[in-house]
Amino acid sequence: MPVKSIIKVGEYHDSVSLMLVAQALSSSPGVSDAAVVMATEANKGILAQAGLLDEAASAANSNDLVIAISAEDEASSTAALQLAETLLKAKVSAAQSGEFHPRTIHSAAAAHPEANLAVISIAGRYAANEAWQALRAGLHVLLFSDNVSLEDEIALKKYAVDHGLLLMGPGAGTAIINGVALGFANVLPAGPVGIVSAAGTGLQEVSTLLAKQGVGITQGIGTGGRDLKEEVGGRMMLAGLRALQADPATKVLLLVSKPPAASVTEEVLDQIASGTKPAVVCFLGGNPAIVQAVPNAVPARTLQEAALITARLAGASLMETADLLKQEDQQLKAQASSLSSRLAPEQQFLRGLFSGGTLCYETQLIWQELLAEAVYSNAPLRLADKLPDSNHSQGHSAVDLGEEEFTVGRPHPMIDNDLRIRRLLQEARDPGVAVILLDVVIGYGAHPDPAAELARAVGEARQIAAQNGHKLIVVASVTGTSGDPQGLEKQTRLLEGAQVIVCGSNAAAARLAAYVVQDRSDEK
Amino acid sequence: MSNSKIQDFFGKPLTIVNIGLGSMAQSVRDQGVPVLDVDWRPPTEGLPRLHTTQSGIDIDTANAEACRRIKSGRPVLVGMGIARDVIPGMHAHMILHAGPPITWERMCGPQRGAVIGALVYEGMAQDEAQAEKLAASGAIEFSPCHHHHSVGPMAGIISASMPVFILENKSFGNRAFATQNEGLGKVLRYGGLGPEVYTRLKWMETDLYPTLDRALQTLPDGIDLRSLIAQALHMGDECHNRNRAGTSLFLRAIGPALARTSRDGEILARVIEFIDRNDHFFLNLSMPAGKAMLEPAEGVDGSSIVTVMARNGTDFGIRLSSMPERWFTAPAGIVQGLYFPQFTEADANPDIGDSTITETAGYGGMAMAAAPAIVKFVGGSPQLATQTTLEMYEITFDEHEQFTIPALNFRGTPCGIDVRLVMETGILPQINTGIAHKNPGVGMVGAGILRAPEACFREAFDAFQRI
Repeated sequence: MPVKSIIKVGEYHDSVSLMLVAQALSSSPGVSDAAVVMATEANKGILAQAGLLDEAASAANSNDLVIAISAEDEASSTAALQLAETLLKAKVSAAQSGEFHPRTIHSAAAAHPEANLAVISIAGRYAANEAWQALRAGLHVLLFSDNVSLEDEIALKKYAVDHGLLLMGPGAGTAIINGVALGFANVLPAGPVGIVSAAGTGLQEVSTLLAKQGVGITQGIGTGGRDLKEEVGGRMMLAGLRALQADPATKVLLLVSKPPAASVTEEVLDQIASGTKPAVVCFLGGNPAIVQAVPNAVPARTLQEAALITARLAGASLMETADLLKQEDQQLKAQASSLSSRLAPEQQFLRGLFSGGTLCYETQLIWQELLAEAVYSNAPLRLADKLPDSNHSQGHSAVDLGEEEFTVGRPHPMIDNDLRIRRLLQEARDPGVAVILLDVVIGYGAHPDPAAELARAVGEARQIAAQNGHKLIVVASVTGTSGDPQGLEKQTRLLEGAQVIVCGSNAAAARLAAYVVQDRSDEK
Repeated sequence: MSNSKIQDFFGKPLTIVNIGLGSMAQSVRDQGVPVLDVDWRPPTEGLPRLHTTQSGIDIDTANAEACRRIKSGRPVLVGMGIARDVIPGMHAHMILHAGPPITWERMCGPQRGAVIGALVYEGMAQDEAQAEKLAASGAIEFSPCHHHHSVGPMAGIISASMPVFILENKSFGNRAFATQNEGLGKVLRYGGLGPEVYTRLKWMETDLYPTLDRALQTLPDGIDLRSLIAQALHMGDECHNRNRAGTSLFLRAIGPALARTSRDGEILARVIEFIDRNDHFFLNLSMPAGKAMLEPAEGVDGSSIVTVMARNGTDFGIRLSSMPERWFTAPAGIVQGLYFPQFTEADANPDIGDSTITETAGYGGMAMAAAPAIVKFVGGSPQLATQTTLEMYEITFDEHEQFTIPALNFRGTPCGIDVRLVMETGILPQINTGIAHKNPGVGMVGAGILRAPEACFREAFDAFQRI
């Protein structure tokens, strides 16, 4: 078979590129063998062995490139030589296949010494291992994942505290660290308040209520819901509290949690007493007297009250919180009685449909105090008040739609409104329903425009109620700020456009709803 | 203890490592905060995370010690000698080979070819037929280079009268040995046979070796190979499949001494030509340098660091720091390669040679990002080469302090392969290598890359769990 060659004098290519070209040539039509090599003595030997060394190639030297083709006819070898020229000139595309992602926290941290916080949201059974890896790499951790064992939580927090690291979670949905909103969190101003919260939406509610008063925060540390259990010992709340006490930027402390175990309560209050900064303590449903007795500590019964007291301590020009709340109450009661007059006699009951667990909990506390009847829930204050079927309300009901029973295999109601809308329509069909209470939580992580979808659904719900000849009252609060991507004002406007009564806080909304039906009992 | 670190964290700019939901990363990114996405995958079911050995040793501590020893090694070329005189345990009827232990019966084509060639070269057989009979007779003792502080590329054959480089690790005092590199093409280490192979080997013994040896004798401090490797990594070598810069640096280092000790200008010229025309001359220095650095890390109780990776063309074998005498083996893999004209994958022998000592020591395939000129092996772009190295950090316990990669902002090379990390991530060490023809007598047919076989790491991990 004839051999054809081209010599490119003084043209250097690396040998691997050349082998690739040769490979392409060998598989082109009519070509039986091809070589594209620098004409070194060794390579010429190889060409000779392969029967590809013609006279021109023999004469070439090691600075020259030889392209040698053995093909069945002239046309094939000419085509192949042209292909070789093209391939040699072809520039490798600058665009490359994506950037490299490290496979482990260990290597991500090694490659980026500036990394300082790991956010972990993988399935719970794997999450503890990753949290360990992050802590060992010296990273603070936000552990969003649920279903981490109590033993793992205790061991992780012990290690974290010993090494001066935050281990927020497991199940910590919200944190604001160094001005950055993590998970479900809002755009907040910087300011003098340092918050530690065992409750995610609780943290969102107090921080946004502070923002509504023009008061900003230093940090919003989420501890995860189990932190104040006896077994965990409030490790992260205590560590966060100590750090904020020592932080020069933090002037006022705010703690949010359900009532901790007795031993933990004592430790937390001792820590507050040992410092110099005022601390507002909102142990939702706890006994305020225990807190009242402690130096530096100020008790608050609701998230709203906590935010107002804190704002005042932080320098907001507000009147005494008790007076402020009394004033608001008068307005709410007046509003309630005018609302109440629209209702048919059988419309007696409240239905709260919540996306935020702590807001559901706060509502139950308020309703329990203001209403004579039982308040049922899938996440009740007392076991006796548990809804027999979470999918069906009875009497006064406050349903936490963010509970696991609703979210398995489904997005959280803060992200996806479908479940809540279906439930809203279901409640509207119940002729006993007087008021539907909604929380609308916005900010990072939340649905991009929840009020738009909810407002539409409220319109539909009104039509359903109208078929019974009823007028439905819908009350809501928006947990969010003007700076949030969804916009507090825009969300409020959308809701009000659907005749939803929007209150300034969840607590106020809960009270308004209660006063509406309270008035009705008075009538009877 | 102190919580001062939590306060220290307040006010610092965040850099976030995200493991899990992309939405979590996105909302943080929207706030202008840098986020590193971890390409996380669930671990193999049932794979234990080992932190301490059965005997209670903290593995991370042990590994830190093993890596400290590797990183602090300083291999220096101190001289040359004849194998039988300088390699411990070497004798006239012994032939050292690459890889884990193997019998003549299981030996692959190129390794057999090289044994046959070595017996002819030694004058123990008149011709190749006679050599083959002798090799099969049991009169020759075969032993892995690694059992004699030695390493050999490809077939890795060292016979008694071959000249060898002598390296000394100045930090620990241990020595390592390797032959002089013959060049590419039809050469003994690829199983090549024939008069030109023997003639070249003889010339290397009678002219090359004495010339280099005389020069080295005038250099009381020897030639610091750690320094040459570090420099070569900055000049486009990864010191396994590309040794062009290292070879040049070596010539510069030894040049004046060669000139001063030369007795014959023509011989000297041929020596310089020989080295200049063989881009892989430095491989036979970068390999024993790796061996010299790794040996002090052998025998650290509780360490899961790999101290040897070696192939004999039949088996791929590894050894762990904590079990330095034990080989864990798996069938040697097929190289994904680029082939010389007239050869194809059908001609290729499975992966062969001790040259994976370079990857084990933290260069070679580990330092792919340093060698943009040969990135075609890993898919063609410098970015892919960088990714290859970045991926290797996933399975190494440490990073080298002396060997750095300019393209990665002078980050240390991935160093100290941790068998735990290999199992946890499923990422296998990247190997750059040459390809030998599967039949004895042919020689080199191409070059390419592959990953080490998983089975030997699994076996080593299983054994490690029990110590």
